Amino acid sequence: MSVNTPSKLEKMLKAGHQAVTSECGPPRGSAAEEIKEKAELIKDHVDAINITDNQTSVTRLCSLASCIHLKLAGLEPILQMVTRDRNRIAMQSDILGAASFDINNILCLSGDHQSFGDCSEGQNVHDLDSMQLIQTVRHMRDEGKFLGGDDIKRPPDMFVGAAANPFADPYEIRVPRLAKKVAAGVEFIQTQCIFNLDKFEQWLGEARDRGLLEQVYILAGLTPLKSAGMAKYMKNRVPGMDVPDEVVERIAGVPKEKQAEEGVKMCIESVQRLKDVEGVHGFHVMAIEWEEKVPEIVEGAGLYPRPKLD
Amino acid sequence: MITATRKPMEEILKSVEPFSKILLLGCNECVTVCHAGGRKEVALLGAALRLGRLQKGLPMEVEELTLERQCDPEYVEELSRTIDQYDAVCSMACGCGVQTIAERYPSMPVMPMVNTAFMGASESHGVWAERCAGCGDCVLGYTGGICPVARCSKRIFNGPCGGSTKGKCEISNDVDCAWQLIWDRLKELGQTELYSKLMEPKDWRTARDGGPRRIVREDMAL
Repeated sequence: MSVNTPSKLEKMLKAGHQAVTSECGPPRGSAAEEIKEKAELIKDHVDAINITDNQTSVTRLCSLASCIHLKLAGLEPILQMVTRDRNRIAMQSDILGAASFDINNILCLSGDHQSFGDCSEGQNVHDLDSMQLIQTVRHMRDEGKFLGGDDIKRPPDMFVGAAANPFADPYEIRVPRLAKKVAAGVEFIQTQCIFNLDKFEQWLGEARDRGLLEQVYILAGLTPLKSAGMAKYMKNRVPGMDVPDEVVERIAGVPKEKQAEEGVKMCIESVQRLKDVEGVHGFHVMAIEWEEKVPEIVEGAGLYPRPKLD
Repeated sequence: MITATRKPMEEILKSVEPFSKILLLGCNECVTVCHAGGRKEVALLGAALRLGRLQKGLPMEVEELTLERQCDPEYVEELSRTIDQYDAVCSMACGCGVQTIAERYPSMPVMPMVNTAFMGASESHGVWAERCAGCGDCVLGYTGGICPVARCSKRIFNGPCGGSTKGKCEISNDVDCAWQLIWDRLKELGQTELYSKLMEPKDWRTARDGGPRRIVREDMAL
Protein backbone atom coordinates (compact mmCIF):
# COMPACT_ATOMS: atom_id res chain seq x y z
CA MET A 1 0.00 0.00 0.00
CA SER A 2 2.18 2.78 -1.27
CA VAL A 3 -0.33 5.49 -2.01
CA ASN A 4 0.71 8.96 -1.15
CA THR A 5 -2.02 11.49 -1.51
CA PRO A 6 -2.64 14.56 0.68
CA SER A 7 -5.60 12.71 2.21
CA LYS A 8 -5.73 13.01 5.96
CA LEU A 9 -7.46 9.65 6.10
CA GLU A 10 -4.63 8.01 4.20
CA LYS A 11 -2.05 9.63 6.46
CA MET A 12 -3.88 8.41 9.55
CA LEU A 13 -4.00 4.85 8.24
CA LYS A 14 -0.39 4.92 7.07
CA ALA A 15 0.71 6.12 10.48
CA GLY A 16 -0.80 2.91 11.83
CA HIS A 17 -3.66 4.55 13.72
CA GLN A 18 -7.16 3.12 13.82
CA ALA A 19 -9.05 5.56 11.61
CA VAL A 20 -12.56 6.78 12.33
CA THR A 21 -14.91 8.02 9.66
CA SER A 22 -18.58 8.83 9.72
CA GLU A 23 -21.12 10.11 7.30
CA CYS A 24 -23.66 12.85 6.82
CA GLY A 25 -26.59 12.92 4.44
CA PRO A 26 -27.19 16.25 2.68
CA PRO A 27 -30.53 18.02 3.14
CA ARG A 28 -33.47 17.97 0.75
CA GLY A 29 -33.03 21.61 -0.03
CA SER A 30 -30.32 24.16 -0.57
CA ALA A 31 -29.64 25.13 3.06
CA ALA A 32 -25.97 24.29 3.42
CA GLU A 33 -26.08 25.07 7.13
CA GLU A 34 -27.75 21.72 7.78
CA ILE A 35 -24.85 19.70 6.45
CA LYS A 36 -22.32 21.96 8.13
CA GLU A 37 -24.13 21.64 11.45
CA LYS A 38 -24.16 17.84 11.18
CA ALA A 39 -20.46 17.83 10.38
CA GLU A 40 -19.71 20.19 13.27
CA LEU A 41 -21.27 17.69 15.67
CA ILE A 42 -18.76 15.01 14.75
CA LYS A 43 -15.71 16.78 13.40
CA ASP A 44 -13.53 16.41 16.48
CA HIS A 45 -14.25 12.71 16.76
CA VAL A 46 -13.61 11.54 13.21
CA ASP A 47 -10.79 11.80 10.68
CA ALA A 48 -12.97 12.20 7.63
CA ILE A 49 -16.66 12.58 6.81
CA ASN A 50 -18.46 10.80 3.99
CA ILE A 51 -21.11 12.78 2.19
CA THR A 52 -23.70 10.50 0.71
CA ASP A 53 -24.72 10.83 -2.95
CA ASN A 54 -28.51 10.91 -3.15
CA GLN A 55 -28.75 7.93 -0.83
CA THR A 56 -31.66 5.55 -1.31
CA SER A 57 -32.14 7.37 -4.62
CA VAL A 58 -33.91 10.30 -2.96
CA THR A 59 -32.97 13.61 -4.56
CA ARG A 60 -30.93 15.84 -2.27
CA LEU A 61 -28.33 18.57 -2.25
CA CYS A 62 -25.43 17.05 -4.18
CA SER A 63 -22.53 15.32 -2.55
CA LEU A 64 -19.97 17.43 -4.38
CA ALA A 65 -21.35 20.79 -3.24
CA SER A 66 -21.75 19.45 0.30
CA CYS A 67 -18.14 18.27 0.29
CA ILE A 68 -17.05 21.72 -0.85
CA HIS A 69 -18.92 23.33 2.05
CA LEU A 70 -17.12 20.99 4.46
CA LYS A 71 -13.75 21.53 2.84
CA LEU A 72 -14.16 25.30 3.04
CA ALA A 73 -14.97 24.87 6.72
CA GLY A 74 -11.62 23.14 7.17
CA LEU A 75 -12.96 19.58 7.41
CA GLU A 76 -11.92 16.41 5.56
CA PRO A 77 -14.74 15.18 3.29
CA ILE A 78 -15.03 11.88 1.47
CA LEU A 79 -16.92 12.37 -1.78
CA GLN A 80 -19.35 9.51 -2.30
CA MET A 81 -20.07 8.97 -5.97
CA VAL A 82 -22.62 6.54 -7.33
CA THR A 83 -22.66 5.35 -10.92
CA ARG A 84 -26.46 5.39 -11.09
CA ASP A 85 -27.01 8.97 -12.21
CA ARG A 86 -24.07 10.11 -14.30
CA ASN A 87 -22.16 8.88 -17.31
CA ARG A 88 -18.38 8.85 -17.56
CA ILE A 89 -18.22 12.43 -18.81
CA ALA A 90 -20.15 13.73 -15.80
CA MET A 91 -18.26 11.58 -13.31
CA GLN A 92 -14.82 12.56 -14.56
CA SER A 93 -15.96 16.16 -14.59
CA ASP A 94 -17.22 15.98 -11.00
CA ILE A 95 -13.98 14.29 -9.92
CA LEU A 96 -12.09 17.25 -11.35
CA GLY A 97 -14.53 19.62 -9.68
CA ALA A 98 -13.80 17.97 -6.35
CA ALA A 99 -10.07 17.99 -7.04
CA SER A 100 -10.23 21.72 -7.77
CA PHE A 101 -11.23 22.20 -4.12
CA ASP A 102 -8.56 19.71 -3.00
CA ILE A 103 -11.07 17.13 -1.92
CA ASN A 104 -8.79 14.17 -1.49
CA ASN A 105 -11.03 11.19 -0.81
CA ILE A 106 -13.58 9.45 -2.97
CA LEU A 107 -15.82 6.47 -2.35
CA CYS A 108 -16.90 4.67 -5.51
CA LEU A 109 -20.35 3.05 -5.37
CA SER A 110 -23.00 1.76 -7.71
CA GLY A 111 -25.85 3.21 -5.61
CA ASP A 112 -29.31 1.98 -4.73
CA HIS A 113 -31.61 1.39 -7.65
CA GLN A 114 -33.66 4.48 -8.48
CA SER A 115 -36.89 2.57 -7.89
CA PHE A 116 -36.39 3.14 -4.15
CA GLY A 117 -36.40 6.91 -4.43
CA ASP A 118 -38.50 9.87 -5.43
CA CYS A 119 -37.73 9.62 -9.15
CA SER A 120 -38.40 5.99 -9.91
CA GLU A 121 -39.45 7.09 -13.42
CA GLY A 122 -35.91 8.24 -14.13
CA GLN A 123 -33.26 6.58 -16.24
CA ASN A 124 -30.73 4.19 -14.82
CA VAL A 125 -27.35 5.24 -16.17
CA HIS A 126 -24.62 2.86 -14.98
CA ASP A 127 -22.36 3.73 -17.87
CA LEU A 128 -19.61 2.47 -15.54
CA ASP A 129 -20.02 0.22 -12.54
CA SER A 130 -18.40 0.85 -9.16
CA MET A 131 -15.40 -1.30 -10.07
CA GLN A 132 -14.86 0.67 -13.27
CA LEU A 133 -15.24 3.95 -11.37
CA ILE A 134 -12.39 2.85 -9.11
CA GLN A 135 -10.32 2.16 -12.23
CA THR A 136 -11.30 5.55 -13.63
CA VAL A 137 -10.17 7.54 -10.58
CA ARG A 138 -6.92 5.59 -10.38
CA HIS A 139 -6.32 6.16 -14.08
CA MET A 140 -6.96 9.88 -13.75
CA ARG A 141 -4.71 10.15 -10.72
CA ASP A 142 -1.89 7.78 -11.61
CA GLU A 143 -1.67 8.28 -15.36
CA GLY A 144 -2.85 11.88 -15.30
CA LYS A 145 -5.17 11.08 -18.16
CA PHE A 146 -8.86 11.08 -18.96
CA LEU A 147 -10.49 7.79 -19.93
CA GLY A 148 -10.41 9.11 -23.48
CA GLY A 149 -6.62 9.27 -23.32
CA ASP A 150 -6.00 13.03 -23.19
CA ASP A 151 -3.76 14.54 -20.52
CA ILE A 152 -5.29 16.15 -17.45
CA LYS A 153 -3.76 19.41 -16.30
CA ARG A 154 -3.40 19.07 -12.53
CA PRO A 155 -4.85 15.54 -12.12
CA PRO A 156 -6.96 14.66 -9.08
CA ASP A 157 -4.98 13.48 -6.07
CA MET A 158 -7.46 11.26 -4.31
CA PHE A 159 -7.36 8.36 -1.90
CA VAL A 160 -9.67 5.85 -3.54
CA GLY A 161 -12.25 3.90 -1.58
CA ALA A 162 -15.19 1.62 -2.15
CA ALA A 163 -17.76 -0.25 -0.16
CA ALA A 164 -17.88 -3.96 0.52
CA ASN A 165 -20.82 -5.90 1.81
CA PRO A 166 -19.73 -9.18 3.40
CA PHE A 167 -23.39 -10.03 4.01
CA ALA A 168 -24.93 -9.86 0.56
CA ASP A 169 -25.51 -13.01 -1.42
CA PRO A 170 -24.02 -15.18 -2.72
CA TYR A 171 -21.60 -15.19 0.22
CA GLU A 172 -18.97 -17.20 -1.61
CA ILE A 173 -18.54 -14.41 -4.14
CA ARG A 174 -17.92 -11.71 -1.51
CA VAL A 175 -14.18 -12.27 -1.08
CA PRO A 176 -13.59 -12.78 -4.83
CA ARG A 177 -15.44 -9.50 -5.37
CA LEU A 178 -13.23 -7.74 -2.83
CA ALA A 179 -10.26 -9.19 -4.72
CA LYS A 180 -11.64 -7.63 -7.90
CA LYS A 181 -11.97 -4.24 -6.23
CA VAL A 182 -8.39 -4.54 -5.05
CA ALA A 183 -7.32 -5.47 -8.59
CA ALA A 184 -9.26 -2.45 -9.86
CA GLY A 185 -7.15 -0.29 -7.55
CA VAL A 186 -9.17 0.38 -4.43
CA GLU A 187 -7.14 1.61 -1.47
CA PHE A 188 -9.64 1.66 1.37
CA ILE A 189 -12.89 -0.14 2.03
CA GLN A 190 -15.80 0.90 4.21
CA THR A 191 -18.01 -2.09 4.87
CA GLN A 192 -21.76 -2.39 5.07
CA CYS A 193 -23.17 -2.14 8.64
CA ILE A 194 -21.90 -5.09 10.63
CA PHE A 195 -24.33 -6.72 13.04
CA ASN A 196 -23.19 -10.29 12.45
CA LEU A 197 -19.64 -10.01 13.79
CA ASP A 198 -18.88 -13.71 13.40
CA LYS A 199 -19.65 -13.61 9.71
CA PHE A 200 -17.63 -10.42 9.27
CA GLU A 201 -14.63 -12.07 10.92
CA GLN A 202 -15.06 -15.12 8.72
CA TRP A 203 -15.05 -12.88 5.64
CA LEU A 204 -11.93 -11.07 6.87
CA GLY A 205 -10.23 -14.41 7.49
CA GLU A 206 -10.94 -15.50 3.95
CA ALA A 207 -9.69 -12.14 2.65
CA ARG A 208 -6.51 -12.66 4.67
CA ASP A 209 -6.06 -16.13 3.18
CA ARG A 210 -6.19 -14.57 -0.27
CA GLY A 211 -3.55 -12.02 0.72
CA LEU A 212 -5.95 -9.11 0.41
CA LEU A 213 -5.48 -7.58 3.84
CA GLU A 214 -2.00 -6.34 2.98
CA GLN A 215 -3.36 -4.59 -0.07
CA VAL A 216 -6.28 -2.57 1.25
CA TYR A 217 -7.26 -0.73 4.43
CA ILE A 218 -10.57 -2.01 5.76
CA LEU A 219 -12.78 0.17 7.91
CA ALA A 220 -15.51 -1.80 9.66
CA GLY A 221 -18.93 -0.23 9.17
CA LEU A 222 -21.06 0.11 12.28
CA THR A 223 -24.52 1.54 12.85
CA PRO A 224 -26.00 2.15 16.29
CA LEU A 225 -29.54 0.83 16.51
CA LYS A 226 -32.06 3.34 17.83
CA SER A 227 -34.80 0.90 18.66
CA ALA A 228 -36.02 -2.66 18.30
CA GLY A 229 -38.20 -1.42 15.46
CA MET A 230 -35.16 -0.22 13.56
CA ALA A 231 -33.40 -3.55 14.17
CA LYS A 232 -36.37 -5.44 12.78
CA TYR A 233 -36.68 -3.09 9.83
CA MET A 234 -33.02 -3.52 8.94
CA LYS A 235 -33.26 -7.27 9.36
CA ASN A 236 -36.36 -7.72 7.23
CA ARG A 237 -36.55 -4.82 4.83
CA VAL A 238 -33.07 -3.62 3.90
CA PRO A 239 -31.55 -5.65 1.04
CA GLY A 240 -28.17 -7.20 1.79
CA MET A 241 -28.37 -6.63 5.57
CA ASP A 242 -27.64 -9.38 8.09
CA VAL A 243 -29.07 -8.68 11.56
CA PRO A 244 -28.93 -11.86 13.66
CA ASP A 245 -31.88 -12.76 15.88
CA GLU A 246 -29.84 -12.30 19.05
CA VAL A 247 -29.19 -8.66 18.13
CA VAL A 248 -32.91 -8.00 17.67
CA GLU A 249 -33.71 -9.92 20.87
CA ARG A 250 -31.16 -8.00 22.90
CA ILE A 251 -32.45 -4.56 21.97
CA ALA A 252 -36.08 -5.72 22.16
CA GLY A 253 -35.34 -7.07 25.62
CA VAL A 254 -34.89 -3.66 27.21
CA PRO A 255 -37.70 -1.15 27.85
CA LYS A 256 -38.48 1.13 24.92
CA GLU A 257 -37.02 4.24 26.56
CA LYS A 258 -33.72 2.45 27.13
CA GLN A 259 -33.38 0.94 23.65
CA ALA A 260 -31.42 3.82 22.13
CA GLU A 261 -28.93 3.65 24.99
CA GLU A 262 -28.64 -0.12 24.52
CA GLY A 263 -28.07 0.37 20.77
CA VAL A 264 -25.18 2.74 21.44
CA LYS A 265 -23.76 0.28 23.98
CA MET A 266 -23.94 -2.56 21.46
CA CYS A 267 -22.18 -0.43 18.87
CA ILE A 268 -19.37 0.39 21.31
CA GLU A 269 -19.00 -3.30 22.17
CA SER A 270 -18.69 -4.11 18.47
CA VAL A 271 -15.85 -1.59 18.08
CA GLN A 272 -14.12 -3.02 21.13
CA ARG A 273 -14.35 -6.57 19.79
CA LEU A 274 -13.21 -5.68 16.27
CA LYS A 275 -10.45 -3.23 17.23
CA ASP A 276 -7.84 -5.92 17.57
CA VAL A 277 -8.96 -8.13 14.71
CA GLU A 278 -6.31 -8.50 12.02
CA GLY A 279 -7.15 -6.45 8.95
CA VAL A 280 -9.45 -3.96 10.70
CA HIS A 281 -7.79 -0.58 10.25
CA GLY A 282 -10.56 1.53 11.63
CA PHE A 283 -14.27 2.17 11.81
CA HIS A 284 -16.90 3.82 9.72
CA VAL A 285 -19.73 4.87 12.04
CA MET A 286 -23.00 5.33 10.19
CA ALA A 287 -25.35 6.91 12.71
CA ILE A 288 -28.29 7.38 10.40
CA GLU A 289 -29.86 10.79 11.14
CA TRP A 290 -28.35 10.39 14.60
CA GLU A 291 -25.00 12.11 14.10
CA GLU A 292 -25.02 13.51 17.64
CA LYS A 293 -24.35 10.01 18.97
CA VAL A 294 -21.07 9.61 17.07
CA PRO A 295 -18.92 11.38 19.72
CA GLU A 296 -20.36 9.18 22.47
CA ILE A 297 -19.60 6.02 20.47
CA VAL A 298 -16.08 7.10 19.56
CA GLU A 299 -15.31 8.09 23.15
CA GLY A 300 -16.94 4.99 24.58
CA ALA A 301 -14.88 2.80 22.29
CA GLY A 302 -11.64 4.42 23.44
CA LEU A 303 -10.92 6.02 20.07
CA TYR A 304 -10.88 9.56 21.43
CA PRO A 305 -9.00 11.86 21.32
CA ARG A 306 -8.13 11.38 17.70
CA PRO A 307 -4.39 11.17 17.05
CA LYS A 308 -2.79 14.35 15.75
CA LEU A 309 -0.95 14.19 12.46
CA ASP A 310 2.26 16.12 11.89
CA MET B 1 -38.18 -12.45 -30.24
CA ILE B 2 -39.61 -8.99 -29.83
CA THR B 3 -42.37 -8.95 -27.24
CA ALA B 4 -45.32 -6.62 -27.01
CA THR B 5 -48.57 -6.14 -25.14
CA ARG B 6 -51.77 -4.62 -26.42
CA LYS B 7 -52.45 -1.02 -25.45
CA PRO B 8 -55.36 -0.35 -23.08
CA MET B 9 -58.71 -0.24 -24.90
CA GLU B 10 -59.43 3.29 -23.74
CA GLU B 11 -56.20 4.58 -25.28
CA ILE B 12 -56.88 2.66 -28.51
CA LEU B 13 -60.40 4.04 -28.83
CA LYS B 14 -59.13 7.56 -28.28
CA SER B 15 -56.44 7.15 -30.91
CA VAL B 16 -58.94 6.04 -33.59
CA GLU B 17 -61.54 8.70 -32.77
CA PRO B 18 -60.93 10.72 -35.96
CA PHE B 19 -61.35 7.71 -38.28
CA SER B 20 -64.39 5.97 -39.76
CA LYS B 21 -62.67 3.25 -41.80
CA ILE B 22 -59.45 1.58 -40.72
CA LEU B 23 -57.24 -1.32 -41.67
CA LEU B 24 -56.37 -3.34 -38.58
CA LEU B 25 -53.10 -4.91 -39.48
CA GLY B 26 -51.46 -7.83 -37.67
CA CYS B 27 -48.09 -9.48 -38.14
CA ASN B 28 -47.38 -13.16 -38.35
CA GLU B 29 -43.99 -13.01 -36.61
CA CYS B 30 -42.97 -12.17 -33.03
CA VAL B 31 -46.25 -10.55 -31.98
CA THR B 32 -48.07 -13.69 -33.08
CA VAL B 33 -45.80 -15.85 -30.92
CA CYS B 34 -46.29 -13.63 -27.87
CA HIS B 35 -50.05 -13.38 -28.51
CA ALA B 36 -50.12 -9.62 -28.87
CA GLY B 37 -50.77 -8.90 -32.56
CA GLY B 38 -51.29 -12.01 -34.67
CA ARG B 39 -54.36 -13.11 -36.62
CA LYS B 40 -56.24 -14.08 -33.46
CA GLU B 41 -55.56 -10.79 -31.66
CA VAL B 42 -56.51 -8.85 -34.80
CA ALA B 43 -59.90 -10.59 -34.80
CA LEU B 44 -60.41 -9.90 -31.09
CA LEU B 45 -59.45 -6.26 -31.29
CA GLY B 46 -61.45 -5.84 -34.50
CA ALA B 47 -64.60 -7.02 -32.76
CA ALA B 48 -63.90 -4.88 -29.71
CA LEU B 49 -63.31 -1.79 -31.84
CA ARG B 50 -66.52 -2.22 -33.82
CA LEU B 51 -68.48 -2.72 -30.64
CA GLY B 52 -66.77 0.15 -28.83
CA ARG B 53 -67.56 2.56 -31.65
CA LEU B 54 -71.12 1.32 -31.95
CA GLN B 55 -71.64 2.00 -28.26
CA LYS B 56 -70.47 5.55 -28.81
CA GLY B 57 -72.93 5.91 -31.69
CA LEU B 58 -70.04 6.35 -34.13
CA PRO B 59 -69.75 3.10 -36.06
CA MET B 60 -66.39 2.41 -37.67
CA GLU B 61 -65.54 0.06 -40.49
CA VAL B 62 -62.70 -2.24 -39.52
CA GLU B 63 -60.98 -4.35 -42.17
CA GLU B 64 -58.72 -7.07 -40.77
CA LEU B 65 -55.51 -8.33 -42.32
CA THR B 66 -52.35 -10.02 -41.04
CA LEU B 67 -49.16 -9.72 -43.03
CA GLU B 68 -46.44 -12.35 -43.03
CA ARG B 69 -43.92 -9.82 -41.73
CA GLN B 70 -44.69 -6.16 -41.16
CA CYS B 71 -41.05 -5.11 -40.84
CA ASP B 72 -40.29 -6.35 -44.34
CA PRO B 73 -40.93 -4.02 -47.31
CA GLU B 74 -41.68 -7.01 -49.52
CA TYR B 75 -44.78 -7.93 -47.54
CA VAL B 76 -45.79 -4.35 -46.79
CA GLU B 77 -45.93 -3.75 -50.54
CA GLU B 78 -49.01 -6.00 -50.64
CA LEU B 79 -51.07 -3.11 -49.31
CA SER B 80 -50.24 -0.70 -52.12
CA ARG B 81 -53.33 -1.31 -54.22
CA THR B 82 -55.89 -1.18 -51.41
CA ILE B 83 -54.52 1.12 -48.75
CA ASP B 84 -56.03 4.33 -50.12
CA GLN B 85 -59.53 3.27 -49.12
CA TYR B 86 -58.73 3.56 -45.41
CA ASP B 87 -58.50 6.60 -43.14
CA ALA B 88 -55.71 4.98 -41.17
CA VAL B 89 -53.77 1.79 -40.58
CA CYS B 90 -53.94 0.47 -37.01
CA SER B 91 -50.91 -1.72 -36.65
CA MET B 92 -50.65 -4.55 -34.17
CA ALA B 93 -47.02 -5.18 -35.08
CA CYS B 94 -44.04 -4.06 -33.01
CA GLY B 95 -42.59 -0.58 -33.48
CA CYS B 96 -40.51 -1.86 -36.39
CA GLY B 97 -43.63 -2.89 -38.28
CA VAL B 98 -45.43 0.38 -37.56
CA GLN B 99 -42.49 2.32 -38.94
CA THR B 100 -42.13 0.19 -42.03
CA ILE B 101 -45.76 1.02 -42.89
CA ALA B 102 -45.21 4.71 -42.12
CA GLU B 103 -42.15 4.84 -44.33
CA ARG B 104 -43.75 3.08 -47.30
CA TYR B 105 -47.05 5.00 -47.14
CA PRO B 106 -46.12 8.57 -46.23
CA SER B 107 -49.61 10.05 -46.43
CA MET B 108 -51.35 7.30 -44.42
CA PRO B 109 -51.73 7.76 -40.65
CA VAL B 110 -50.45 4.68 -38.75
CA MET B 111 -51.53 4.14 -35.15
CA PRO B 112 -49.78 1.64 -32.87
CA MET B 113 -52.12 -0.78 -31.14
CA VAL B 114 -49.45 -2.48 -29.01
CA ASN B 115 -46.64 -1.33 -26.74
CA THR B 116 -43.41 -2.94 -27.88
CA ALA B 117 -41.65 -4.23 -24.79
CA PHE B 118 -38.33 -6.07 -25.07
CA MET B 119 -36.30 -8.80 -26.70
CA GLY B 120 -37.05 -11.85 -24.67
CA ALA B 121 -37.81 -15.50 -24.46
CA SER B 122 -40.67 -17.53 -23.13
CA GLU B 123 -40.05 -18.77 -19.58
CA SER B 124 -43.25 -20.76 -19.33
CA HIS B 125 -46.68 -20.72 -20.94
CA GLY B 126 -47.86 -17.11 -20.95
CA VAL B 127 -44.65 -15.71 -19.42
CA TRP B 128 -41.98 -13.85 -21.37
CA ALA B 129 -38.86 -12.30 -19.89
CA GLU B 130 -36.19 -9.94 -21.12
CA ARG B 131 -33.01 -11.64 -22.26
CA CYS B 132 -31.14 -9.32 -24.60
CA ALA B 133 -30.55 -5.57 -24.65
CA GLY B 134 -29.01 -5.55 -28.10
CA CYS B 135 -25.86 -3.82 -26.86
CA GLY B 136 -23.98 -4.85 -29.97
CA ASP B 137 -21.02 -6.50 -28.24
CA CYS B 138 -22.04 -9.81 -26.73
CA VAL B 139 -20.38 -10.91 -23.48
CA LEU B 140 -22.44 -14.05 -22.88
CA GLY B 141 -19.36 -16.21 -23.41
CA TYR B 142 -17.81 -14.72 -20.25
CA THR B 143 -20.91 -14.63 -18.12
CA GLY B 144 -22.15 -18.18 -18.23
CA GLY B 145 -24.72 -17.45 -20.92
CA ILE B 146 -26.61 -14.95 -18.74
CA CYS B 147 -26.63 -11.32 -19.79
CA PRO B 148 -25.64 -8.68 -17.21
CA VAL B 149 -26.78 -5.84 -19.48
CA ALA B 150 -30.32 -7.11 -19.96
CA ARG B 151 -30.82 -8.95 -16.68
CA CYS B 152 -29.01 -6.95 -13.98
CA SER B 153 -31.15 -3.99 -12.89
CA LYS B 154 -28.00 -1.86 -12.79
CA ARG B 155 -26.48 -3.52 -15.87
CA ILE B 156 -23.23 -3.84 -13.94
CA PHE B 157 -20.37 -5.80 -15.41
CA ASN B 158 -18.61 -6.72 -12.21
CA GLY B 159 -21.49 -7.74 -9.99
CA PRO B 160 -23.30 -8.62 -7.92
CA CYS B 161 -23.94 -5.36 -6.09
CA GLY B 162 -24.53 -5.28 -2.35
CA GLY B 163 -28.27 -5.51 -2.82
CA SER B 164 -28.36 -9.17 -3.89
CA THR B 165 -30.34 -11.15 -1.33
CA LYS B 166 -31.14 -14.85 -1.47
CA GLY B 167 -30.81 -14.91 -5.23
CA LYS B 168 -33.10 -11.93 -5.74
CA CYS B 169 -32.48 -8.39 -6.91
CA GLU B 170 -32.84 -5.44 -4.53
CA ILE B 171 -35.63 -3.99 -6.65
CA SER B 172 -38.05 -6.89 -6.16
CA ASN B 173 -38.37 -10.46 -4.96
CA ASP B 174 -39.84 -11.21 -8.37
CA VAL B 175 -36.56 -10.38 -10.10
CA ASP B 176 -33.67 -12.82 -10.06
CA CYS B 177 -30.22 -11.41 -9.34
CA ALA B 178 -28.46 -11.83 -12.68
CA TRP B 179 -25.08 -12.10 -10.99
CA GLN B 180 -26.30 -14.87 -8.72
CA LEU B 181 -27.42 -16.72 -11.88
CA ILE B 182 -24.10 -15.98 -13.57
CA TRP B 183 -22.11 -17.23 -10.58
CA ASP B 184 -24.23 -20.38 -10.26
CA ARG B 185 -23.83 -21.17 -13.96
CA LEU B 186 -20.08 -20.49 -13.93
CA LYS B 187 -19.80 -22.94 -11.04
CA GLU B 188 -21.83 -25.49 -12.97
CA LEU B 189 -19.49 -25.03 -15.92
CA GLY B 190 -16.35 -25.15 -13.78
CA GLN B 191 -15.51 -21.63 -15.03
CA THR B 192 -15.49 -19.52 -11.86
CA GLU B 193 -12.05 -18.20 -12.87
CA LEU B 194 -13.91 -16.13 -15.47
CA TYR B 195 -15.43 -14.15 -12.59
CA SER B 196 -12.02 -12.88 -11.52
CA LYS B 197 -11.57 -11.19 -14.89
CA LEU B 198 -12.12 -7.49 -14.31
CA MET B 199 -14.47 -6.30 -17.02
CA GLU B 200 -13.30 -2.94 -18.35
CA PRO B 201 -15.58 0.04 -19.01
CA LYS B 202 -17.84 -0.92 -21.87
CA ASP B 203 -17.74 0.75 -25.25
CA TRP B 204 -21.40 1.69 -25.56
CA ARG B 205 -21.02 2.95 -29.12
CA THR B 206 -22.24 -0.42 -30.35
CA ALA B 207 -25.39 0.05 -28.27
CA ARG B 208 -28.09 2.70 -28.75
CA ASP B 209 -25.76 5.24 -27.09
CA GLY B 210 -23.77 5.50 -30.32
CA GLY B 211 -26.86 6.76 -32.14
CA PRO B 212 -29.40 4.82 -34.23
CA ARG B 213 -27.77 1.71 -35.63
CA ARG B 214 -27.73 0.07 -39.05
CA ILE B 215 -26.25 -3.11 -40.42
CA VAL B 216 -24.99 -2.88 -43.98
CA ARG B 217 -24.01 -6.14 -45.62
CA GLU B 218 -22.08 -5.16 -48.73
CA ASP B 219 -22.12 -8.77 -49.88
CA MET B 220 -25.91 -8.79 -49.93
CA ALA B 221 -26.72 -5.25 -51.06
CA LEU B 222 -28.27 -5.04 -54.53
